[in-house]
Amino acid sequence: MKALFFIIIFVVLIVACWQFVKLLGLTKVDNQTATEKENNINGWLMLGLMGFIYGLMIYSMYGAKDVLLPRASASEEGYHIDNLFVMTMTLILVVQFIMQFLLFFFSFKYRGIDDRKAFFFADSHKLETIWTVIPTIVLSGLIIYGIWTWNNVMDSSDAKDPIFIELYGKQFQWDARYAGEDNQLGSANVRFIEGTNTMGVDMTDKNSADDIPLVVNEGKFVKELHVPKGRKVIFKIRSQDVLHSVFMPHFRAQMNAVPGMVTEIAFTPVITTAEMRLNEDTKAKFEAINELRKEKGEEAVEFDYLILCNKICGSSHYNMQLKIVVDEEADFNKWLATQNTFAQINNK
Amino acid sequence: MSDHHHKETFVTKYIFSQDHKMISKQYLITGIVMGCIGVFMSMLFRLQLAYPEQSFSIIEAFLGRAGEGGVMTPDMYLSLVTIHGTIMVFFVLTAALSGTFSNLLIPFQIGARDMASPFLNMLSYWLFFLSSVIMLLSLFIETGPANAGWTIYPPLSALPQAISGSGLGMTMWLVSMAIFIASSLMGALNYIVTVLNLRTIGMKMTRLPLTIWAFFVTAIIGVVSFPVLLSAALLLIMDRSFGTSFFLSDIYIAGEVLHYKGGSPVLFEHLFWFLGHPEVYIVILPAMGIVSEVLATNSRKPIFGYRAMIISIIAIAFLSTIVWGHHMFVTGMNPFLGSVFTFTTLLIAIPSAVKAFNWITTIWKGNLRMNPAMLYSIGFVSTFITGGLTGLILGDSAIDINVHDTYFVVAHFHLVMGVSAIFGMFAGVYHWFPKMYGKMMNKDLGYLHFWLTAISAYGVFFPMHFIGLAGLPRRYYNNTAFPIFDDLLHINKVMTIFAIIGGLAQIIFLANFFFSIYKGKRAPKNPWHANTLEWTTEVDHIHGNWAGEIPAVHRWPYDYSKIDENGDLWGGQDFTPQTVPIRDGEEEF
Ligand code: HEM
Ligand SMILES: [Cu+2]
Ligand SMILES: [Cu+2]
Repeated sequence: MKALFFIIIFVVLIVACWQFVKLLGLTKVDNQTATEKENNINGWLMLGLMGFIYGLMIYSMYGAKDVLLPRASASEEGYHIDNLFVMTMTLILVVQFIMQFLLFFFSFKYRGIDDRKAFFFADSHKLETIWTVIPTIVLSGLIIYGIWTWNNVMDSSDAKDPIFIELYGKQFQWDARYAGEDNQLGSANVRFIEGTNTMGVDMTDKNSADDIPLVVNEGKFVKELHVPKGRKVIFKIRSQDVLHSVFMPHFRAQMNAVPGMVTEIAFTPVITTAEMRLNEDTKAKFEAINELRKEKGEEAVEFDYLILCNKICGSSHYNMQLKIVVDEEADFNKWLATQNTFAQINNK
Repeated sequence: MSDHHHKETFVTKYIFSQDHKMISKQYLITGIVMGCIGVFMSMLFRLQLAYPEQSFSIIEAFLGRAGEGGVMTPDMYLSLVTIHGTIMVFFVLTAALSGTFSNLLIPFQIGARDMASPFLNMLSYWLFFLSSVIMLLSLFIETGPANAGWTIYPPLSALPQAISGSGLGMTMWLVSMAIFIASSLMGALNYIVTVLNLRTIGMKMTRLPLTIWAFFVTAIIGVVSFPVLLSAALLLIMDRSFGTSFFLSDIYIAGEVLHYKGGSPVLFEHLFWFLGHPEVYIVILPAMGIVSEVLATNSRKPIFGYRAMIISIIAIAFLSTIVWGHHMFVTGMNPFLGSVFTFTTLLIAIPSAVKAFNWITTIWKGNLRMNPAMLYSIGFVSTFITGGLTGLILGDSAIDINVHDTYFVVAHFHLVMGVSAIFGMFAGVYHWFPKMYGKMMNKDLGYLHFWLTAISAYGVFFPMHFIGLAGLPRRYYNNTAFPIFDDLLHINKVMTIFAIIGGLAQIIFLANFFFSIYKGKRAPKNPWHANTLEWTTEVDHIHGNWAGEIPAVHRWPYDYSKIDENGDLWGGQDFTPQTVPIRDGEEEF
């Protein structure tokens, strides 16, 4: 019944609040609309609010630069996305500063004075045309650049020598499968799930034998998805149970995993994990993080690329991750050679 | 009903009332109660986000077993987020906002004695009440309330094996929403018919206050889009209970393959967002209408660009029905559709920009009376701009890839839709309280309430953009599973502190509201010196609104500070009510 106790406190606060005002209110002349004095105070406070908003914006942007993702996109496609982002963000900030200024400055400047007349100004086609046409032009630019970028990122049909990897989401982990020698993924369906074939691969499909699974067999969470630098990676994404979303923020990539469907996202990694660990932004961020961890008595961590799940999928949605390692191509090939294909696993 | 003298019992007057004024108050009170619950939930889960492993007795007190030891379970976290979102979007900002002000103002401002169908109106409220009760009851069941997010995407929402809230909790959610939709359709049809048919003499469509235009268009969007959500809910019920496969296919869960084959969750997303996007305009348009009216009245100036405002309301309404796909850029939808929806979405920025410019021009060279309603209206314009601008990022498919479903989105929609619409609602309450209760609210409390609320709204939702840009996904129970988010904790703490200040500030409003009903100073007939018709009615409510004839209308509602050929104010005062005939030599606007 502690809940009741909290509710009573709540009600008492309401009553107290009213009583307080009654005490203060006794001496005041009653006036229905704001007096000149109140207009004045609130006009100034409007300027104050503007200051607060500007301050908050600048402070958050300044403070945030340490916590954001590394500025360098880890994928080639990400460059275009980042360009568009920076362009749009700059535009937004400029418009935001100007519009908020006009709004709050006018609220302050024209705060009511008893014997001033407002200016009857009901319409101006010229002004309205201006502020219809200018946004239209600016937006046309954004739309064209945006759609161009989108097509660029989403269309991987002309990729030279891409590598195919399947990502397979289930509550609450990511599995993966490399397409192997033939660079073709064998077909799959959850109806084939049986025993160690946890991803439901159709073993009778001739493309399946050389596929290389990356599955947690021992229920341990020490898996790494390796991808080569400089080669386009085309992810084919499936889900076993509910919606998940493959979210790889460092590569500016995201795509949902949809049961009953294969979705796709592709990018070309351009910065290896080792290189990214030396990146200035990353170093600064991880120094700060490790500082905090030390205070809490947790062990230090190193930068890693990650897949996060970004579509609500159940209780442990908040902890559904997979580590990605970007290698130089030679290292990648060496690593891949140490992994077992289905044929090798099944013959054991 | 054989009684011609309208003798009323307690029940017909206060409970099953068919009077639009009483129904409006019922909506408002219900909305305030639901709003308190929704805000309270947000404070609980904000505690969890800022102090992930700490124990709070308030959490244990309210959540019981799901908050054992003062730390909530992940399932409970998701339930709170889900019900918070549902309550805020549907119950507070759809039903209570439209229900309160459409009901109050449509008959008053168009000059009608009541709604076209008072009975349907009453039914609409009671269905809303019923759906609220069902939604709240779902908080108390064994398996917990729905927790698949307010967007209830299947398969998560369809399979109790996937999450506990998808059992009875989700059934209750769906039933509650089905009733809610019925209620909202009845309300909307009534508003449309009333506006079209019951306008008083002289009240041409081009003389309607912008409030009425906004409510009218909102009702039309509601009628077009809510049935689609209803169909989605019904199909989901079929999938859940009768074995159909509309939205489900190829699922292996809890050790077995389910029989579903051939359905698609993406289809559900299309159906949901076909309502879901217009829904955000159902939320924001009434607030825009209220703000336009309040800004003009308190600036003592006509609203700038009346016609452009109407055209942009209609343009926004039309465009809002063809942009839903911007919620689905990364769902596996055909990339070509992504381009189409980017195009339509960015177009909607044009009428929105026109409105923002027009509001600012309305203030320009005005003589601003800083009443609490006015402060909230200025606040509305500010948060609408701040929140709206980031829409340019989310609506652009290419950049949305990396911010979709992160806290950037949560920041965006809270500012542009949540905070803005709430500000619009507060503006409406402060402005029309004298009309609703015949009393004045306390102004000083109003000021205090505004300043605390405005500061904390920005304090919560502005920094939130940046944790989104840092890559933090939404609907995460905590961020400790990822060391890369360790450095976001202090930002989360700041936001939570502002959220608590903002939440507690609402106590000031509640105190002001409830005590003013009983103890407030009696309101004069036209406290704000406004032009619209509702201020020609008596302070005490009577059946049929006007004792005598309904007044005729001769002009638009925005003749503030109009001057005659000598440069003096017409009639010596800075407002000319709609009932005043056009004078000799005066040009009608
Ligand atoms: C006291 C003020 C509020 C605070 C502190 C607050 C905070 C939050 C937070 C932290 C989330 C969780 C985000 C996530 O994990 O995805 C959330 C979700 C949400 N809130 Fe609020 N909120 C407030 C008011 C509102 C208002 C006024 C609305 C009305 C539109 C609203 C609508 C929503 C919606 C729709 C969601 C998404 C629910 C979901 O993910 O299913 N909130 N809120
Ligand atoms: Cu997941
Ligand atoms: Cu939308």
